[in-house]
Amino acid sequence: MKKSKSLLLMIALVLVIGTVLAGCGGNNNASSGNNTAATNAPSDNAGTNTGNTGEEKLAADQTLKINLSSEPPTFDPQQAQDSTSNAILKLMYEGLTRQNAETGQAEEGVAESWDISADGLVYTFHLRDSKWSNGDAVTANDFAFAWQRVLDPNAEQAAPYAYQLYYIKGAEDFNTGKITDFSQVGIKVIDEKTLEVTLANPTPYFLGLLSFYTYYPVHSSVKDNAKWATAVDTQITNGPFTLTEWTTGQSLAVTKNPSYYAADDIKAQQINFSIVNSGATELLSYKNGELDRAGGPIGEIPTEQLPIVEKELPNEFARKGIASVYYYQFNVTEKPFTNAKIRKALAMAIERQPIIDNITLGGQLPAFGFVPPGIQSNEQEYRAQVADSQYFTEDLTEAKKLLDEGLKEEGLDKLEFTVTYNTSEGHQKIAVAIADQWKKALGVEVKLENKEWGVFIEDRHNLNYQVARAGWSADYNDPMTYLDMWVTGGGNNDSGYSNADYDKLIQEAKTSADNAVRQEKFAAAEKILMDDMVVIPIYYYTNNSLTKEYLKGVTLDFSGAIDLSRAYLLEH
Amino acid sequence: MAVNDNMVKQVELKPEDFRKIDINDKEAEVIQRESLSAWQDAWERLRQNKMAMTALIIMLVIIIMAIVAPHLVPYTYDSNDLMSTNKPPSLEHLFGTDDFGRDVFVRTWMGARISLIVGLAAACIDLIFGVIYGGIMGFFGGRVDTIMNKFSEILYSIPYLLVVIMLLVVFEPSLWTIILALTITGWINMSWIVRGEIMQLKSREFILASRSMGADWKRLLFKHLLPNAMGPIIVTVTLSVPSAIFSEAFLSFLGLGVQAPVASLGSMINDSLTGWLYYPWRMIFPALVISLTMLSFNIFGDGLRDALDPKLKK
Amino acid sequence: MFRYIFNRFLHMVVSLFVLISATFFLMKAIPGDPFTSEKKIPEQILQRLYAQYNLDKPVLEQYVLYLKNILKGDLGISMKMLNQDVTHIIGQTFSSSLKLGVVAIIVAIIVGVALGMLAALYHRKLIDNVAMVLAVLGIAVPSFVVASLLQYLLAYHWKIFPVMGFKGPMNYFLPVMALTASPIAVIARLTRSSMLEVLHSDYIKTAKAKGLSWFSIVSRHVLRNGILPVITYVGPMTANIITGSVVIEQIFGIGGIGKQFVQAINTRDYPIIMGITIFYGVILMVARFLTDVAYVAIDPRIKLAGRKGD
Repeated sequence: MKKSKSLLLMIALVLVIGTVLAGCGGNNNASSGNNTAATNAPSDNAGTNTGNTGEEKLAADQTLKINLSSEPPTFDPQQAQDSTSNAILKLMYEGLTRQNAETGQAEEGVAESWDISADGLVYTFHLRDSKWSNGDAVTANDFAFAWQRVLDPNAEQAAPYAYQLYYIKGAEDFNTGKITDFSQVGIKVIDEKTLEVTLANPTPYFLGLLSFYTYYPVHSSVKDNAKWATAVDTQITNGPFTLTEWTTGQSLAVTKNPSYYAADDIKAQQINFSIVNSGATELLSYKNGELDRAGGPIGEIPTEQLPIVEKELPNEFARKGIASVYYYQFNVTEKPFTNAKIRKALAMAIERQPIIDNITLGGQLPAFGFVPPGIQSNEQEYRAQVADSQYFTEDLTEAKKLLDEGLKEEGLDKLEFTVTYNTSEGHQKIAVAIADQWKKALGVEVKLENKEWGVFIEDRHNLNYQVARAGWSADYNDPMTYLDMWVTGGGNNDSGYSNADYDKLIQEAKTSADNAVRQEKFAAAEKILMDDMVVIPIYYYTNNSLTKEYLKGVTLDFSGAIDLSRAYLLEH
Repeated sequence: MAVNDNMVKQVELKPEDFRKIDINDKEAEVIQRESLSAWQDAWERLRQNKMAMTALIIMLVIIIMAIVAPHLVPYTYDSNDLMSTNKPPSLEHLFGTDDFGRDVFVRTWMGARISLIVGLAAACIDLIFGVIYGGIMGFFGGRVDTIMNKFSEILYSIPYLLVVIMLLVVFEPSLWTIILALTITGWINMSWIVRGEIMQLKSREFILASRSMGADWKRLLFKHLLPNAMGPIIVTVTLSVPSAIFSEAFLSFLGLGVQAPVASLGSMINDSLTGWLYYPWRMIFPALVISLTMLSFNIFGDGLRDALDPKLKK
Repeated sequence: MFRYIFNRFLHMVVSLFVLISATFFLMKAIPGDPFTSEKKIPEQILQRLYAQYNLDKPVLEQYVLYLKNILKGDLGISMKMLNQDVTHIIGQTFSSSLKLGVVAIIVAIIVGVALGMLAALYHRKLIDNVAMVLAVLGIAVPSFVVASLLQYLLAYHWKIFPVMGFKGPMNYFLPVMALTASPIAVIARLTRSSMLEVLHSDYIKTAKAKGLSWFSIVSRHVLRNGILPVITYVGPMTANIITGSVVIEQIFGIGGIGKQFVQAINTRDYPIIMGITIFYGVILMVARFLTDVAYVAIDPRIKLAGRKGD
């Protein structure tokens, strides 16, 4: 029996780790931005348009049925750090701004207007009259209280995402204990309805950041109850819905909040979430009518079935590019990958399109740069202004030549190395395909090694690998979220890469308020990164989903974060 | 006992009723039945069991195929062909191709090779370890039983997934590591079954008889108790082969076993699961080989059980 | 008997202590911690999180702290499912697994024993062969394949049962079928095998000779004596089934404890790993104890405590 149990574990692992993988892709740490993600993918109707179809007849029963592939670990906005919590919290809370579903611009949320100082450092927010679900008024104090909760170094519960608030003047110092007086932090309550925020640096994407969950307000009653977010009846929220049902590991339900200031815009009465971590089950339920929507970012459609459902259900299938990149990274501190020519040879020898067409099957875009499409810079999409095709191309002869040169420089006569990936069928398939391409094109010896998630991440952080898979999603809508990770000694730079020119460019971009200058620096930095070929970009992610034709109003932002608050059902 | 005195009286025996037959004492002791060792005897009976012999032949065919088949076709288990992925069975690819365009025929038999090695090795180790451990537990009882029993319970209760992840950290992935991971707790179930059987058997009369004739514990255990517990033991062994084969898929997946692109039957089935509706051949052929293997193992095991069981002797 | 039970209880406490210790150190030895993620949490925040959960202390100190809490009956709070009590999580998820498990165990025993008995009574006849082929299939086809097939055919294709969920009685059918396929097979084979042995034994011949009815031979003698290996198997099987089957819970969307356990290990949610391990340990040990008691109840010749001088 023990063994049959372990067999069960196997499947569980497939699924659980699959979720981790999904998490890597759609881990939207910030939702903000000035524009919807532009996408080159063929069928982009993920953001089902919110009703200009002329005559729409609403269904009498506005109960939505949606699946989550993982349970949100918390309902405390200041503790959340994953995409599922993001989806649920977006229903329960509203920040100073919210994201316009169509344009992706930050628009009025709890704040009905704001003034920005000429130097771009001081924001003054004017709050509208709005209420908590218990009838209390939402005030500027609630925001100050919530943000202090995040930053307080002595808080009973440390907030892992506190650094999302470091844009505010003094926030980092307060959070790390360098200053102890909260009044020195740039958060100032002028009166009940006015909040003044002072930033450390001009941050063009700050308004967008305010719609992110770490910035949500919480009701002051949570102060005295450490466990307020673990029960249904102790949660007082200010968003379109309230949590009304929760069975651990089984299901959740949110119900429309009549106290919400824009309750008239909310057509859904209730959203029932099941928690099932199996793509196959989710798809069957969807086809059987037990679910109204299936697929990313909060659910899953089995990869192998993507091309099939795309053909079978063309009106329900939607694909949208999201700002995440899948890549292989080198440990550049150890031979032979200290040699950029060898690294570049490997990058050039991968044929990306066949991998996408046959293995990943989700219509992903071949990647030749590190910043994915959908990321904005200087009022436009970064990738549209700085084409990634300039960095390198797939070229087998050139690759072979570079490899020979590189090997000669290193005094080697053949190349042998190990590719490490974390346990998941998806990663495994990609690794098998790439290893095979390398073997065939360059005659190198490639060993594959998969590791359990925790072991894998630990090994990668400790530079205990040669070539490893990785993925990166946007924390906010700016190229900085991709490029500042490769600075010398950066917390997420687990390749050992260090380049003084690169560091300098990033520092210059950080301190500049001029969007054109920043753009220039980003492009130059990315070029260095690609010339040094620290990472081999493989593809830019897409989100694939199925939505019943009678379900309208579901939107995805540039990073693939889902907003269900304006969803509703048509008669069917 | 009520003995009928009348009956006794009515039959009167006289000396002339008896006749001395012409036979010497030595001949009287000759055993008429052909002398066979226990194993010869078992083999004789096994041979007469048609089901078991069919199963044996199927087993042999599968084993031979696992050795020979990969050399019969012009593909190797890892030759990708992204131009012909997920092709149904044809003359070119007998069992079709998988999502990498690899030949499922080659992969199935290569997988069978690995699965058989792992399954059989694990089952053997489970058998040896489990029988000895369980035998000692059940036979001695008392404190020995308590301590050994507790030990096995604790080992069984430690989260297996943690143990496997630890093994993964300590050892390089290889066939031996898989077998180690499979057997590290795999023998426990067998030992419990054996313990239960022995506890039941040791109070039987034949044990008392043997004991009174001065048999030591080794003789009692290995000559008397274990052979009589053979039925459940064989059933458990034949059951542990398939579970070992499937657990191996789990271990490979975790990164402990064979690494992609090498495959085992279990991992092939596992990989094919999400698309089985559309590419059934990727699941059916490996599943068929596993099921046939299991079926033949089990039927043969049953036959063996019948043949070995001293009580079923005619 | 009371002395015996008391002794077993003491042994169990000692075993649990060893189990807790072994699991604790094993868990700490494997790489990764609850705050490992692809996006690293900045160092100073990470240190605060460690301090909050005592992860910054030496492992030995953490161990002592944990034992102290256990003695107070406190299993702690989850590190990943923020602030939720481990006991609450175990309670909620176990109730689903238990409900499903009890049904599955009853079905498995009834069907398995019946199938095995039929096979034994009609040894080497058609019924025997059919039953055994079915049994082998039950073992040879892994439960995730069975579950997927059942789900596709009965829920999707014929729409008899719901695909997923755990709300009403209809939700029980598919998971129970998938869950019992293998236990039924094992029980059937064990029953058949041991029953065949019993059928050939002298006391059955005696019973036959006495002219006992076929029914009373089977029910009073054969079943009683042939059931022992089944019980040996059923004990741990019960523990296994009620502690939740991850695959079945995943596939049919049941919020059970098995799923929770695997998730806890994958995310290194230490308090939950420990809590569920202890919980599982207790269940297994109780199940094994009851198995031993059942031996004595069924076969009075067996003595549990073991005679001195044996």
